[in-house]
Amino acid sequence: CPNQRLCAAGAAPDPAEAAELRARLRSVKHTVLVLSGKGGVGKSTFSALLARGLAARDDTQVALLDIDICGPSVPRMMGLEGEQVHQSGSGWSPVYVEENLGVMSVGFLLSSPDDAVIWRGPKKNGLIKQFLRDVDWGEVDYLIIDTPPGTSDEHLSIVQYLSAAHVDGAVIITTPQEVSLQDVRKEINFCRKVKLPIIGVVENMSGFICPKCKNESQIFPPTTGGAEKMCQNLNISLLGKVPLDPQIGKSCDKGQSFLAEVPESPATLSYRSIIQRIQEYCELQHSQEEKII
Amino acid sequence: MKMLGFSHTVLVLSGKGGVGKSTFSALLARGLAARDDTQVALLDIDICGPSVPRMMGLEGEQVHQSGSGWSPVYVEENLGVMSVGFLLSSPDDAVIWRGPKKNGLIKQFLRDVDWGEVDYLIIDTPPGTSDEHLSIVQYLSAAHVDGAVIITTPQEVSLQDVRKEINFCRKVKLPIIGVVENMSGFICPKCKNESQIFPPTTGGAEKMCQNLNISLLGKVPLDPQIGKSCDKGQSFLAEVPESPATLSYRSIIQSKSENHCVTRPLERQNHQ
Repeated sequence: CPNQRLCAAGAAPDPAEAAELRARLRSVKHTVLVLSGKGGVGKSTFSALLARGLAARDDTQVALLDIDICGPSVPRMMGLEGEQVHQSGSGWSPVYVEENLGVMSVGFLLSSPDDAVIWRGPKKNGLIKQFLRDVDWGEVDYLIIDTPPGTSDEHLSIVQYLSAAHVDGAVIITTPQEVSLQDVRKEINFCRKVKLPIIGVVENMSGFICPKCKNESQIFPPTTGGAEKMCQNLNISLLGKVPLDPQIGKSCDKGQSFLAEVPESPATLSYRSIIQRIQEYCELQHSQEEKII
Repeated sequence: MKMLGFSHTVLVLSGKGGVGKSTFSALLARGLAARDDTQVALLDIDICGPSVPRMMGLEGEQVHQSGSGWSPVYVEENLGVMSVGFLLSSPDDAVIWRGPKKNGLIKQFLRDVDWGEVDYLIIDTPPGTSDEHLSIVQYLSAAHVDGAVIITTPQEVSLQDVRKEINFCRKVKLPIIGVVENMSGFICPKCKNESQIFPPTTGGAEKMCQNLNISLLGKVPLDPQIGKSCDKGQSFLAEVPESPATLSYRSIIQSKSENHCVTRPLERQNHQ
Protein backbone atom coordinates (compact mmCIF):
# COMPACT_ATOMS: atom_id res chain seq x y z
CA CYS A 1 0.00 0.00 0.00
CA PRO A 2 1.57 3.30 -1.02
CA ASN A 3 0.21 4.95 2.12
CA GLN A 4 1.94 2.61 4.55
CA ARG A 5 5.09 4.56 5.25
CA LEU A 6 3.22 7.78 5.38
CA CYS A 7 0.34 6.86 7.65
CA ALA A 8 2.39 4.72 10.01
CA ALA A 9 3.77 7.83 11.70
CA GLY A 10 1.04 7.94 14.28
CA ALA A 11 -0.02 7.22 17.76
CA ALA A 12 0.30 3.47 18.21
CA PRO A 13 0.17 2.71 21.92
CA ASP A 14 3.36 1.48 23.57
CA PRO A 15 3.18 -1.91 25.36
CA ALA A 16 2.36 -0.34 28.75
CA GLU A 17 -0.42 1.76 27.26
CA ALA A 18 -1.71 -1.21 25.29
CA ALA A 19 -1.90 -3.21 28.51
CA GLU A 20 -3.82 -0.40 30.20
CA LEU A 21 -6.29 -0.20 27.32
CA ARG A 22 -6.70 -3.97 27.24
CA ALA A 23 -7.50 -4.00 30.96
CA ARG A 24 -10.07 -1.26 30.63
CA LEU A 25 -11.75 -2.80 27.59
CA ARG A 26 -11.81 -6.33 29.00
CA SER A 27 -15.19 -5.59 30.53
CA VAL A 28 -16.65 -4.69 27.11
CA LYS A 29 -18.33 -7.60 25.35
CA HIS A 30 -19.13 -6.12 21.92
CA THR A 31 -17.67 -3.09 20.16
CA VAL A 32 -19.26 -1.57 17.07
CA LEU A 33 -17.75 1.34 15.14
CA VAL A 34 -20.12 3.57 13.17
CA LEU A 35 -18.25 4.96 10.16
CA SER A 36 -18.71 6.78 6.89
CA GLY A 37 -16.33 8.37 4.46
CA LYS A 38 -19.01 11.01 3.94
CA GLY A 39 -20.25 13.69 6.32
CA GLY A 40 -23.88 14.37 7.12
CA VAL A 41 -25.27 10.94 6.21
CA GLY A 42 -26.59 10.10 9.66
CA LYS A 43 -23.75 8.46 11.56
CA SER A 44 -24.48 10.18 14.88
CA THR A 45 -28.21 9.76 14.38
CA PHE A 46 -27.70 6.06 13.79
CA SER A 47 -25.24 5.66 16.68
CA ALA A 48 -27.69 7.30 19.07
CA LEU A 49 -30.60 5.15 17.88
CA LEU A 50 -28.50 1.97 17.90
CA ALA A 51 -27.47 2.69 21.49
CA ARG A 52 -31.05 3.45 22.54
CA GLY A 53 -32.38 0.42 20.68
CA LEU A 54 -29.92 -1.94 22.36
CA ALA A 55 -30.54 -0.35 25.78
CA ALA A 56 -34.30 -0.93 25.46
CA ARG A 57 -33.66 -4.22 27.23
CA ASP A 58 -32.93 -3.40 30.86
CA ASP A 59 -30.46 -6.26 31.16
CA THR A 60 -28.24 -4.89 28.37
CA GLN A 61 -25.56 -2.42 29.44
CA VAL A 62 -24.75 0.03 26.63
CA ALA A 63 -21.98 2.61 26.24
CA LEU A 64 -21.98 5.29 23.53
CA LEU A 65 -18.61 6.90 22.83
CA ASP A 66 -18.46 9.96 20.56
CA ILE A 67 -14.99 10.48 19.07
CA ASP A 68 -16.02 13.34 16.76
CA ILE A 69 -13.90 15.97 18.48
CA CYS A 70 -14.69 18.93 16.20
CA GLY A 71 -18.41 18.35 15.71
CA PRO A 72 -19.74 16.27 18.64
CA SER A 73 -23.45 15.81 17.94
CA VAL A 74 -24.14 12.98 20.40
CA PRO A 75 -24.78 15.02 23.59
CA ARG A 76 -27.54 17.01 21.89
CA MET A 77 -29.11 13.93 20.30
CA MET A 78 -29.18 12.08 23.60
CA GLY A 79 -30.78 15.02 25.43
CA LEU A 80 -27.61 15.53 27.49
CA GLU A 81 -26.59 19.03 26.39
CA GLY A 82 -25.00 20.96 29.21
CA GLU A 83 -24.02 17.88 31.20
CA GLN A 84 -20.51 17.70 32.56
CA VAL A 85 -18.16 14.79 33.21
CA HIS A 86 -17.34 13.87 36.83
CA GLN A 87 -14.08 12.37 37.93
CA SER A 88 -13.69 9.78 40.64
CA GLY A 89 -11.07 7.38 41.90
CA SER A 90 -11.95 4.84 39.26
CA GLY A 91 -11.77 7.34 36.39
CA TRP A 92 -14.10 9.62 34.44
CA SER A 93 -17.75 8.84 34.88
CA PRO A 94 -19.86 8.60 31.71
CA VAL A 95 -23.04 10.66 31.59
CA TYR A 96 -26.05 8.37 31.97
CA VAL A 97 -29.23 8.75 29.91
CA GLU A 98 -30.67 5.66 31.58
CA GLU A 99 -29.17 3.41 34.19
CA ASN A 100 -28.00 1.07 31.46
CA LEU A 101 -26.98 3.68 28.85
CA GLY A 102 -23.86 5.77 29.43
CA VAL A 103 -22.39 8.38 27.06
CA MET A 104 -19.02 10.07 26.64
CA SER A 105 -18.18 12.96 24.31
CA VAL A 106 -15.88 15.97 24.12
CA GLY A 107 -19.15 17.91 24.21
CA PHE A 108 -19.29 17.27 27.97
CA LEU A 109 -15.87 18.85 28.46
CA LEU A 110 -16.77 22.24 26.92
CA SER A 111 -17.94 25.28 28.88
CA SER A 112 -20.41 26.09 26.10
CA PRO A 113 -21.78 23.99 23.22
CA ASP A 114 -20.64 26.75 20.81
CA ASP A 115 -16.99 26.46 21.87
CA ALA A 116 -14.90 25.35 18.90
CA VAL A 117 -12.34 22.60 19.51
CA ILE A 118 -9.58 23.74 17.18
CA TRP A 119 -7.08 20.93 17.59
CA ARG A 120 -4.65 19.29 15.23
CA GLY A 121 -4.42 15.52 14.96
CA PRO A 122 -2.08 14.65 17.87
CA LYS A 123 -4.23 16.42 20.44
CA LYS A 124 -7.37 14.76 19.15
CA ASN A 125 -5.63 11.38 19.33
CA GLY A 126 -4.65 12.07 22.94
CA LEU A 127 -8.25 12.71 23.97
CA ILE A 128 -9.48 9.60 22.17
CA LYS A 129 -6.91 7.54 24.05
CA GLN A 130 -8.09 9.10 27.32
CA PHE A 131 -11.68 8.27 26.48
CA LEU A 132 -10.76 4.61 26.14
CA ARG A 133 -8.31 4.47 29.03
CA ASP A 134 -9.75 6.77 31.68
CA VAL A 135 -13.53 6.41 31.37
CA ASP A 136 -14.98 4.01 33.92
CA TRP A 137 -17.57 2.28 31.75
CA GLY A 138 -18.01 -0.68 34.08
CA GLU A 139 -19.31 -3.95 32.65
CA VAL A 140 -20.61 -3.20 29.16
CA ASP A 141 -22.44 -5.45 26.72
CA TYR A 142 -22.22 -3.03 23.76
CA LEU A 143 -19.76 -0.19 23.17
CA ILE A 144 -20.94 1.92 20.22
CA ILE A 145 -18.38 4.35 18.83
CA ASP A 146 -19.55 7.31 16.74
CA THR A 147 -16.85 8.75 14.47
CA PRO A 148 -16.37 11.89 12.35
CA PRO A 149 -16.36 11.55 8.54
CA GLY A 150 -13.10 10.63 6.82
CA THR A 151 -10.14 8.30 7.04
CA SER A 152 -7.68 10.26 9.13
CA ASP A 153 -6.30 10.67 12.64
CA GLU A 154 -9.41 9.70 14.59
CA HIS A 155 -9.98 6.59 12.51
CA LEU A 156 -6.39 5.37 12.53
CA SER A 157 -6.15 6.04 16.25
CA ILE A 158 -9.35 4.33 17.33
CA VAL A 159 -8.39 1.24 15.34
CA GLN A 160 -4.90 1.24 16.83
CA TYR A 161 -6.12 1.76 20.40
CA LEU A 162 -8.79 -0.92 20.03
CA SER A 163 -6.29 -3.44 18.66
CA ALA A 164 -5.83 -4.46 22.28
CA ALA A 165 -9.52 -5.40 22.46
CA HIS A 166 -12.00 -7.27 20.30
CA VAL A 167 -13.98 -5.23 17.78
CA ASP A 168 -17.03 -6.95 16.30
CA GLY A 169 -16.91 -4.67 13.30
CA ALA A 170 -18.02 -1.50 11.58
CA VAL A 171 -21.41 -0.34 10.41
CA ILE A 172 -20.99 2.00 7.47
CA ILE A 173 -23.57 4.69 6.81
CA THR A 174 -24.29 6.23 3.44
CA THR A 175 -26.94 8.07 1.46
CA PRO A 176 -28.01 6.91 -2.02
CA GLN A 177 -26.12 9.30 -4.28
CA GLU A 178 -22.82 8.55 -5.99
CA VAL A 179 -21.02 11.48 -4.37
CA SER A 180 -21.63 9.74 -1.00
CA LEU A 181 -20.90 6.22 -2.24
CA GLN A 182 -17.57 7.41 -3.60
CA ASP A 183 -16.45 8.42 -0.12
CA VAL A 184 -17.99 5.31 1.40
CA ARG A 185 -15.99 3.03 -0.91
CA LYS A 186 -12.88 4.75 0.46
CA GLU A 187 -14.06 3.97 3.99
CA ILE A 188 -14.64 0.33 3.03
CA ASN A 189 -11.14 0.39 1.56
CA PHE A 190 -9.86 1.72 4.89
CA CYS A 191 -11.64 -1.03 6.85
CA ARG A 192 -10.08 -3.69 4.64
CA LYS A 193 -6.60 -2.16 4.99
CA VAL A 194 -6.78 -2.10 8.78
CA LYS A 195 -8.54 -5.49 8.90
CA LEU A 196 -11.70 -4.15 10.50
CA PRO A 197 -14.63 -6.47 9.76
CA ILE A 198 -17.61 -4.80 8.10
CA ILE A 199 -20.93 -5.75 9.67
CA GLY A 200 -22.74 -4.02 6.83
CA VAL A 201 -24.01 -0.80 5.24
CA VAL A 202 -27.03 1.34 6.14
CA GLU A 203 -28.52 3.57 3.45
CA ASN A 204 -30.12 6.64 5.05
CA MET A 205 -32.26 9.31 3.35
CA SER A 206 -33.56 6.59 1.05
CA GLY A 207 -36.61 8.32 -0.38
CA PHE A 208 -39.21 10.70 1.03
CA ILE A 209 -42.94 10.20 1.18
CA CYS A 210 -44.94 13.41 0.89
CA PRO A 211 -47.16 13.56 3.99
CA LYS A 212 -49.96 15.10 1.94
CA CYS A 213 -50.22 13.08 -1.28
CA LYS A 214 -48.00 10.09 -0.37
CA ASN A 215 -45.95 10.53 -3.55
CA GLU A 216 -42.42 9.19 -3.10
CA SER A 217 -39.52 11.43 -4.14
CA GLN A 218 -35.88 10.41 -4.37
CA ILE A 219 -34.36 13.56 -2.93
CA PHE A 220 -30.83 12.15 -3.15
CA PRO A 221 -31.22 10.09 -6.32
CA PRO A 222 -29.30 6.79 -6.49
CA THR A 223 -27.86 7.62 -9.93
CA THR A 224 -25.46 4.66 -9.78
CA GLY A 225 -27.73 2.14 -8.06
CA GLY A 226 -27.39 3.37 -4.48
CA ALA A 227 -26.01 1.33 -1.61
CA GLU A 228 -27.69 -1.79 -2.95
CA LYS A 229 -25.60 -1.87 -6.11
CA MET A 230 -22.42 -0.92 -4.23
CA CYS A 231 -22.95 -3.71 -1.67
CA GLN A 232 -23.53 -6.25 -4.43
CA ASN A 233 -20.34 -5.15 -6.20
CA LEU A 234 -18.25 -5.25 -3.03
CA ASN A 235 -19.87 -8.34 -1.50
CA ILE A 236 -20.97 -6.53 1.64
CA SER A 237 -24.21 -6.88 3.54
CA LEU A 238 -26.84 -4.14 3.07
CA LEU A 239 -28.35 -3.97 6.56
CA GLY A 240 -31.26 -1.80 5.47
CA LYS A 241 -32.57 1.38 3.83
CA VAL A 242 -34.11 4.15 5.94
CA PRO A 243 -36.42 6.71 4.36
CA LEU A 244 -36.32 10.43 5.21
CA ASP A 245 -38.71 11.49 7.95
CA PRO A 246 -38.74 15.07 9.25
CA GLN A 247 -39.41 13.66 12.70
CA ILE A 248 -35.91 12.20 12.76
CA GLY A 249 -34.26 15.61 12.56
CA LYS A 250 -36.78 17.02 15.04
CA SER A 251 -36.18 14.25 17.60
CA CYS A 252 -32.40 14.63 17.25
CA ASP A 253 -32.60 18.37 17.82
CA LYS A 254 -34.78 17.80 20.89
CA GLY A 255 -32.64 15.03 22.29
CA GLN A 256 -35.48 12.53 22.13
CA SER A 257 -35.55 8.97 20.86
CA PHE A 258 -37.12 8.92 17.39
CA LEU A 259 -37.87 5.22 17.88
CA ALA A 260 -39.93 6.04 20.97
CA GLU A 261 -41.50 9.26 19.67
CA VAL A 262 -42.65 7.94 16.27
CA PRO A 263 -42.96 4.15 16.64
CA GLU A 264 -45.14 3.76 13.52
CA SER A 265 -42.87 5.56 11.08
CA PRO A 266 -41.48 3.41 8.22
CA ALA A 267 -38.10 4.81 9.26
CA THR A 268 -38.53 3.40 12.78
CA LEU A 269 -39.38 -0.02 11.39
CA SER A 270 -36.26 0.10 9.20
CA TYR A 271 -34.03 1.16 12.08
CA ARG A 272 -35.42 -1.55 14.37
CA SER A 273 -34.81 -4.22 11.79
CA ILE A 274 -31.25 -2.98 11.23
CA ILE A 275 -30.52 -2.89 14.97
CA GLN A 276 -31.75 -6.44 15.28
CA ARG A 277 -29.50 -7.61 12.45
CA ILE A 278 -26.49 -5.99 14.12
CA GLN A 279 -27.34 -7.63 17.42
CA GLU A 280 -27.65 -11.01 15.72
CA TYR A 281 -24.30 -10.52 13.97
CA CYS A 282 -22.55 -9.67 17.25
CA GLU A 283 -24.12 -12.51 19.16
CA LEU A 284 -23.31 -14.98 16.43
CA GLN A 285 -19.65 -13.93 16.44
CA HIS A 286 -19.61 -14.28 20.22
CA SER A 287 -21.09 -17.75 20.23
CA GLN A 288 -18.71 -18.85 17.46
CA GLU A 289 -15.76 -17.62 19.50
CA GLU A 290 -17.00 -19.43 22.58
CA LYS A 291 -17.18 -22.64 20.58
CA ILE A 292 -13.56 -22.20 19.53
CA ILE A 293 -12.50 -21.60 23.14
CA MET B 1 4.90 33.49 -4.29
CA LYS B 2 2.42 32.20 -6.85
CA MET B 3 -0.50 32.91 -4.50
CA LEU B 4 -0.27 36.62 -5.17
CA GLY B 5 -1.94 35.99 -8.55
CA PHE B 6 -5.35 35.79 -6.81
CA SER B 7 -7.50 38.94 -6.73
CA HIS B 8 -10.15 37.38 -4.50
CA THR B 9 -10.04 34.35 -2.25
CA VAL B 10 -13.15 32.80 -0.75
CA LEU B 11 -13.14 29.88 1.69
CA VAL B 12 -16.23 27.66 1.81
CA LEU B 13 -16.56 26.27 5.32
CA SER B 14 -18.92 24.45 7.64
CA GLY B 15 -18.51 22.85 11.00
CA LYS B 16 -20.98 20.19 9.78
CA GLY B 17 -20.52 17.52 7.14
CA GLY B 18 -22.93 16.86 4.29
CA VAL B 19 -24.57 20.32 4.19
CA GLY B 20 -23.53 21.15 0.65
CA LYS B 21 -20.09 22.78 0.87
CA SER B 22 -18.68 21.08 -2.23
CA THR B 23 -21.95 21.50 -4.09
CA PHE B 24 -21.88 25.21 -3.30
CA SER B 25 -18.17 25.60 -4.10
CA ALA B 26 -18.67 23.97 -7.49
CA LEU B 27 -21.70 26.13 -8.30
CA LEU B 28 -20.02 29.30 -7.05
CA ALA B 29 -17.02 28.58 -9.27
CA ARG B 30 -19.23 27.83 -12.28
CA GLY B 31 -21.40 30.86 -11.61
CA LEU B 32 -18.43 33.22 -11.44
CA ALA B 33 -16.83 31.64 -14.54
CA ALA B 34 -19.98 32.23 -16.59
CA ARG B 35 -18.38 35.53 -17.57
CA ASP B 36 -15.59 34.72 -20.04
CA ASP B 37 -13.44 37.57 -18.76
CA THR B 38 -13.38 36.18 -15.20
CA GLN B 39 -10.61 33.69 -14.39
CA VAL B 40 -11.70 31.24 -11.68
CA ALA B 41 -9.75 28.65 -9.70
CA LEU B 42 -11.43 25.97 -7.57
CA LEU B 43 -9.17 24.32 -4.98
CA ASP B 44 -10.44 21.26 -3.10
CA ILE B 45 -8.59 20.74 0.19
CA ASP B 46 -10.81 17.88 1.40
CA ILE B 47 -8.10 15.24 1.32
CA CYS B 48 -10.13 12.27 2.66
CA GLY B 49 -13.37 12.88 0.80
CA PRO B 50 -12.64 14.95 -2.35
CA SER B 51 -16.02 15.44 -4.05
CA VAL B 52 -15.07 18.27 -6.41
CA PRO B 53 -13.64 16.23 -9.33
CA ARG B 54 -16.88 14.24 -9.65
CA MET B 55 -19.06 17.33 -9.34
CA MET B 56 -17.10 19.18 -12.00
CA GLY B 57 -17.28 16.26 -14.44
CA LEU B 58 -13.54 15.73 -14.14
CA GLU B 59 -13.40 12.23 -12.66
CA GLY B 60 -10.44 10.28 -13.96
CA GLU B 61 -8.46 13.36 -14.93
CA GLN B 62 -4.82 13.51 -13.88
CA VAL B 63 -2.54 16.38 -12.98
CA HIS B 64 0.31 17.27 -15.35
CA GLN B 65 3.60 18.72 -14.26
CA SER B 66 5.54 21.29 -16.21
CA GLY B 67 8.44 23.65 -15.67
CA SER B 68 6.15 26.20 -14.09
CA GLY B 69 4.55 23.71 -11.68
CA TRP B 70 1.46 21.49 -11.51
CA SER B 71 -1.17 22.31 -14.04
CA PRO B 72 -4.76 22.60 -12.79
CA VAL B 73 -7.39 20.58 -14.64
CA TYR B 74 -9.54 22.89 -16.75
CA VAL B 75 -13.31 22.54 -17.05
CA GLU B 76 -13.43 25.64 -19.22
CA GLU B 77 -10.63 27.88 -20.37
CA ASN B 78 -11.35 30.20 -17.49
CA LEU B 79 -12.15 27.60 -14.82
CA GLY B 80 -9.33 25.47 -13.40
CA VAL B 81 -9.61 22.87 -10.63
CA MET B 82 -7.19 21.14 -8.27
CA SER B 83 -7.95 18.26 -5.90
CA VAL B 84 -6.23 15.24 -4.36
CA GLY B 85 -8.79 13.31 -6.41
CA PHE B 86 -6.63 13.95 -9.50
CA LEU B 87 -3.63 12.33 -7.81
CA LEU B 88 -5.29 8.96 -7.13
CA SER B 89 -5.05 5.91 -9.40
CA SER B 90 -8.70 5.14 -8.68
CA PRO B 91 -11.51 7.25 -7.21
CA ASP B 92 -12.08 4.48 -4.62
CA ASP B 93 -8.53 4.76 -3.24
CA ALA B 94 -8.66 5.85 0.39
CA VAL B 95 -6.26 8.58 1.44
CA ILE B 96 -5.47 7.44 4.96
CA TRP B 97 -3.23 10.24 6.18
CA ARG B 98 -2.73 11.88 9.52
CA GLY B 99 -2.71 15.65 9.87
CA PRO B 100 0.91 16.53 9.01
CA LYS B 101 0.81 14.81 5.64
CA LYS B 102 -2.52 16.45 4.74
CA ASN B 103 -1.01 19.83 5.67
CA GLY B 104 1.96 19.13 3.41
CA LEU B 105 -0.26 18.50 0.39
CA ILE B 106 -2.33 21.61 1.06
CA LYS B 107 0.86 23.67 1.11
CA GLN B 108 1.90 22.08 -2.19
CA PHE B 109 -1.47 22.93 -3.72
CA LEU B 110 -0.91 26.58 -2.89
CA ARG B 111 2.78 26.72 -3.73
CA ASP B 112 3.29 24.36 -6.67
CA VAL B 113 0.14 24.71 -8.75
CA ASP B 114 0.54 27.11 -11.67
CA TRP B 115 -2.82 28.83 -11.47
CA GLY B 116 -1.80 31.82 -13.51
CA GLU B 117 -3.58 35.15 -12.99
CA VAL B 118 -6.84 34.41 -11.20
CA ASP B 119 -9.76 36.67 -10.34
CA TYR B 120 -11.43 34.26 -7.89
CA LEU B 121 -9.87 31.43 -5.91
CA ILE B 122 -12.61 29.33 -4.30
CA ILE B 123 -11.41 26.88 -1.65
CA ASP B 124 -13.62 23.92 -0.70
CA THR B 125 -12.86 22.46 2.74
CA PRO B 126 -13.78 19.32 4.70
CA PRO B 127 -16.08 19.67 7.74
CA GLY B 128 -14.51 20.57 11.07
CA THR B 129 -12.01 22.90 12.70
CA SER B 130 -8.80 20.93 12.52
CA ASP B 131 -5.58 20.50 10.57
CA GLU B 132 -6.86 21.49 7.13
CA HIS B 133 -8.57 24.61 8.45
CA LEU B 134 -5.71 25.80 10.61
CA SER B 135 -3.25 25.14 7.83
CA ILE B 136 -5.14 26.87 5.03
CA VAL B 137 -5.58 29.96 7.20
CA GLN B 138 -1.89 29.94 8.12
CA TYR B 139 -0.70 29.38 4.56
CA LEU B 140 -2.97 32.13 3.25
CA SER B 141 -1.92 34.63 5.92
CA ALA B 142 0.51 36.14 3.42
CA ALA B 143 -2.29 36.71 0.93
CA HIS B 144 -5.57 38.59 1.13
CA VAL B 145 -8.59 36.46 1.91
CA ASP B 146 -11.91 38.15 1.25
CA GLY B 147 -13.56 35.86 3.73
CA ALA B 148 -15.51 32.72 4.36
CA VAL B 149 -18.92 31.57 3.21
CA ILE B 150 -20.37 29.23 5.80
CA ILE B 151 -22.83 26.54 4.76
CA THR B 152 -25.46 25.01 7.00
CA THR B 153 -28.77 23.18 6.96
CA PRO B 154 -31.73 24.36 9.07
CA GLN B 155 -31.60 21.96 12.00
CA GLU B 156 -30.01 22.70 15.37
CA VAL B 157 -27.62 19.76 15.16
CA SER B 158 -26.05 21.51 12.12
CA LEU B 159 -26.22 25.02 13.54
CA GLN B 160 -24.39 23.81 16.65
CA ASP B 161 -21.39 22.79 14.57
CA VAL B 162 -21.68 25.91 12.44
CA ARG B 163 -21.48 28.17 15.48
CA LYS B 164 -18.19 26.45 16.29
CA GLU B 165 -16.99 27.23 12.77
CA ILE B 166 -18.02 30.88 13.19
CA ASN B 167 -16.14 30.81 16.50
CA PHE B 168 -13.09 29.46 14.61
CA CYS B 169 -13.31 32.24 12.00
CA ARG B 170 -13.39 34.87 14.70
CA LYS B 171 -10.43 33.32 16.54
CA VAL B 172 -8.27 33.27 13.41
CA LYS B 173 -9.58 36.67 12.28
CA LEU B 174 -11.11 35.34 9.07
CA PRO B 175 -13.90 37.68 7.88
CA ILE B 176 -17.28 36.01 7.40
CA ILE B 177 -18.97 36.97 4.15
CA GLY B 178 -22.16 35.25 5.29
CA VAL B 179 -24.12 32.05 5.76
CA VAL B 180 -25.98 29.93 3.20
CA GLU B 181 -28.79 27.69 4.42
CA ASN B 182 -29.10 24.62 2.18
CA MET B 183 -31.85 21.96 2.21
CA SER B 184 -34.27 24.69 3.27
CA GLY B 185 -37.57 22.98 2.55
CA PHE B 186 -38.79 20.59 -0.15
CA ILE B 187 -41.66 21.13 -2.54
CA CYS B 188 -43.44 17.93 -3.52
CA PRO B 189 -43.33 17.77 -7.32
CA LYS B 190 -46.82 16.27 -7.38
CA CYS B 191 -48.95 18.29 -4.98
CA LYS B 192 -46.63 21.25 -4.36
CA ASN B 193 -46.92 20.82 -0.59
CA GLU B 194 -43.83 22.15 1.19
CA SER B 195 -42.17 19.88 3.77
CA GLN B 196 -39.41 20.89 6.16
CA ILE B 197 -37.35 17.72 5.94
CA PHE B 198 -34.66 19.12 8.26
CA PRO B 199 -36.90 21.19 10.53
CA PRO B 200 -35.47 24.47 11.84
CA THR B 201 -36.42 23.65 15.44
CA THR B 202 -34.42 26.61 16.80
CA GLY B 203 -35.17 29.12 14.06
CA GLY B 204 -32.73 27.90 11.41
CA ALA B 205 -29.88 29.92 9.96
CA GLU B 206 -32.02 33.05 10.02
CA LYS B 207 -32.26 33.12 13.81
CA MET B 208 -28.61 32.17 14.25
CA CYS B 209 -27.46 34.95 11.91
CA GLN B 210 -29.60 37.49 13.75
CA ASN B 211 -28.15 36.38 17.09
CA LEU B 212 -24.57 36.48 15.83
CA ASN B 213 -24.92 39.59 13.66
CA ILE B 214 -23.88 37.77 10.49
CA SER B 215 -25.29 38.12 7.00
CA LEU B 216 -27.67 35.39 5.77
CA LEU B 217 -26.76 35.21 2.08
CA GLY B 218 -29.73 33.05 1.17
CA LYS B 219 -31.78 29.90 1.65
CA VAL B 220 -31.72 27.13 -0.95
CA PRO B 221 -34.53 24.56 -1.11
CA LEU B 222 -33.94 20.84 -1.72
CA ASP B 223 -34.18 19.80 -5.34
CA PRO B 224 -33.43 16.20 -6.40
CA GLN B 225 -31.85 17.61 -9.54
CA ILE B 226 -29.04 19.08 -7.47
CA GLY B 227 -27.87 15.67 -6.34
CA LYS B 228 -28.35 14.27 -9.82
CA SER B 229 -26.31 17.03 -11.48
CA CYS B 230 -23.53 16.65 -8.91
CA ASP B 231 -23.36 12.91 -9.50
CA LYS B 232 -23.22 13.46 -13.25
CA GLY B 233 -20.66 16.25 -13.07
CA GLN B 234 -23.01 18.74 -14.66
CA SER B 235 -23.82 22.30 -13.70
CA PHE B 236 -27.17 22.35 -11.88
CA LEU B 237 -27.47 26.06 -12.72
CA ALA B 238 -27.23 25.26 -16.44
CA GLU B 239 -29.27 22.03 -16.36
CA VAL B 240 -32.24 23.35 -14.34
CA PRO B 241 -32.26 27.13 -14.81
CA GLU B 242 -35.88 27.52 -13.67
CA SER B 243 -35.55 25.74 -10.34
CA PRO B 244 -36.19 27.87 -7.23
CA ALA B 245 -32.88 26.47 -6.01
CA THR B 246 -31.09 27.87 -9.07
CA LEU B 247 -32.61 31.28 -8.49
CA SER B 248 -31.47 31.19 -4.86
CA TYR B 249 -27.94 30.13 -5.77
CA ARG B 250 -27.66 32.82 -8.46
CA SER B 251 -28.81 35.50 -6.07
CA ILE B 252 -26.30 34.33 -3.44
CA ILE B 253 -23.41 34.25 -5.94
CA GLN B 254 -24.31 37.70 -7.19
CA SER B 255 -24.67 39.29 -3.77
CA LYS B 256 -21.38 37.80 -2.69
CA SER B 257 -19.42 39.13 -5.61
CA GLU B 258 -21.09 42.51 -5.50
CA ASN B 259 -20.94 43.27 -1.83
CA HIS B 260 -17.76 41.66 -0.70
CA CYS B 261 -15.37 41.35 -3.53
CA VAL B 262 -16.03 44.41 -5.62
CA THR B 263 -13.96 46.58 -3.31
CA ARG B 264 -10.76 45.20 -4.79
CA PRO B 265 -11.20 45.27 -8.56
CA LEU B 266 -7.86 46.97 -9.19
CA GLU B 267 -5.68 44.37 -7.40
CA ARG B 268 -4.93 42.35 -10.51
CA GLN B 269 -3.73 45.42 -12.42
CA ASN B 270 -1.37 46.25 -9.59
CA HIS B 271 0.32 42.85 -9.88
CA GLN B 272 0.78 42.94 -13.63
